[in-house]
Amino acid sequence: MTNTLHRFGKPESLKDDFIVFIMASRGVNHDGAPEKVRVFLNAALKYNPVNIGNGLIGSMYRPEKDLSFTKLYFTGRKEQIPAQEAIVSLEESIHAAVVFDNKEAMEGFLKEVKELDLGLSVNVSALADEVRTACRKNGITIHSIEYSLGFHGDLFRLPDRHVLSLTTMCGHGMISAGFARKLIDHVKEARITPEKAARYMAKFCVCGAFNTSRAVRILNEARTAN
Amino acid sequence: MKIDRKKCVGCANCSPVCPMGAIYIDENGFAEINEEACVECHTCYRGLSVESLPPWPVRYIRRLLAAVNLRFQPELDICPTGAFAPNELSWPRTIRRAFSDPQVPHESTNLAGRGTAEAKTNDVTNRIKEGEAGFVVELGRPGVGVYFKEVDRVTQKLAEMGVAFEKENPVTHLMNDPDNGRIREDVFGEKVLSCIIESKIRLNKVPDILGAIKELAPSLDTVVSIGVSTRCDISGDDPLREILQDLGYDAWRAKINLGMGRYAEPISNTEEEKS
Repeated sequence: MTNTLHRFGKPESLKDDFIVFIMASRGVNHDGAPEKVRVFLNAALKYNPVNIGNGLIGSMYRPEKDLSFTKLYFTGRKEQIPAQEAIVSLEESIHAAVVFDNKEAMEGFLKEVKELDLGLSVNVSALADEVRTACRKNGITIHSIEYSLGFHGDLFRLPDRHVLSLTTMCGHGMISAGFARKLIDHVKEARITPEKAARYMAKFCVCGAFNTSRAVRILNEARTAN
Repeated sequence: MKIDRKKCVGCANCSPVCPMGAIYIDENGFAEINEEACVECHTCYRGLSVESLPPWPVRYIRRLLAAVNLRFQPELDICPTGAFAPNELSWPRTIRRAFSDPQVPHESTNLAGRGTAEAKTNDVTNRIKEGEAGFVVELGRPGVGVYFKEVDRVTQKLAEMGVAFEKENPVTHLMNDPDNGRIREDVFGEKVLSCIIESKIRLNKVPDILGAIKELAPSLDTVVSIGVSTRCDISGDDPLREILQDLGYDAWRAKINLGMGRYAEPISNTEEEKS
């Protein structure tokens, strides 16, 4: 499960991207884990995460399977469920992820998670130096680290940098290059807003690791790119 | 996956959402799936919102509008008639879904996703110890896909280099013999969105392994994403970054285990157990 490790972009393009996840290990500390995951997620809400979720259940952005003419044109779509509702839906989960779009929120949350002392594994996927700084500030000693060494092989088969920056925010590969490219084109043509395009993509990422704030920024950059 | 022709109206919204580009509109105006390219990830079925419009009037309106150079265009994330339906899969095609759909657990490991928890729970499992490196080699990612015959080339090469494959990893379960890394041949023709080979070796062997992967990668009919992990020392520092930087890797992005996990006694469920 390297679903958050290989997000494409230079460091300056990853400064608004922090995924914090909690995980129990079966046979080690999974008893009582769902309650601890709920505590973790409720604590995260104070720091305004841009997404939360679990790969088996879904994220804050979910496809609607019961659309009707009335919903589409009168009452409006429900593209995003409230974070509290998402937490309730993760009732038996023993792992979950939250995504922040700023360092201050991540740092504040780590401080609180340390104080909560839940006893489950907590990881941060982000720029390594940013996390090291946050850990030092909060008196957290890093246990293990996994570095991303990027992409190799037949790289001619990869799409352009804007598409790749968007699609790799779903590490399971559920956001296709074709869809990201189509949405970039629609944003360029002012047929949809970057915010709406970001929501469309977020619904395809089942684990909730998709950073909608970063997606909006990338879509805006792509709109005026040379 | 299949598309019900009685429902499809040929709006083509589904075509770009397929991560493998396996959906196209055929000469009769219906969406069709290229079975060979499809990896059964269920992205189209799960990710598209559904409106359930009656197909016949939608087709009529589409034809009417097309006659005056206009186009019926549902919102980009909607299948207007709910035309997708999952297929009943049999071996070895089942393996496509197990590796490509993150919501389906592998039969071999009972874990969903492409690999295991790797270093994410290393604070309680101690799988990667100090002085060791965990290798996570993901083939097919991002968005290219991979056949198992290509996976076999990589696993054999890694076995030659003396790595220890992770026992709980689903790719390891497809090996006839983890000592030689050979994948069972009946899955060679199966394509998946991506799959992860997990292994570990001593830290001083990291340059050799990376060198071998870099040498092999250009000849592979896919792309490779590489992750390397290690356990930090008592002060939270690690020797791996320096090794990687010496080899020319930036290694600026990482997944970091904060060491907050601990072993917990199982909760007793019955009165006898509690007493």
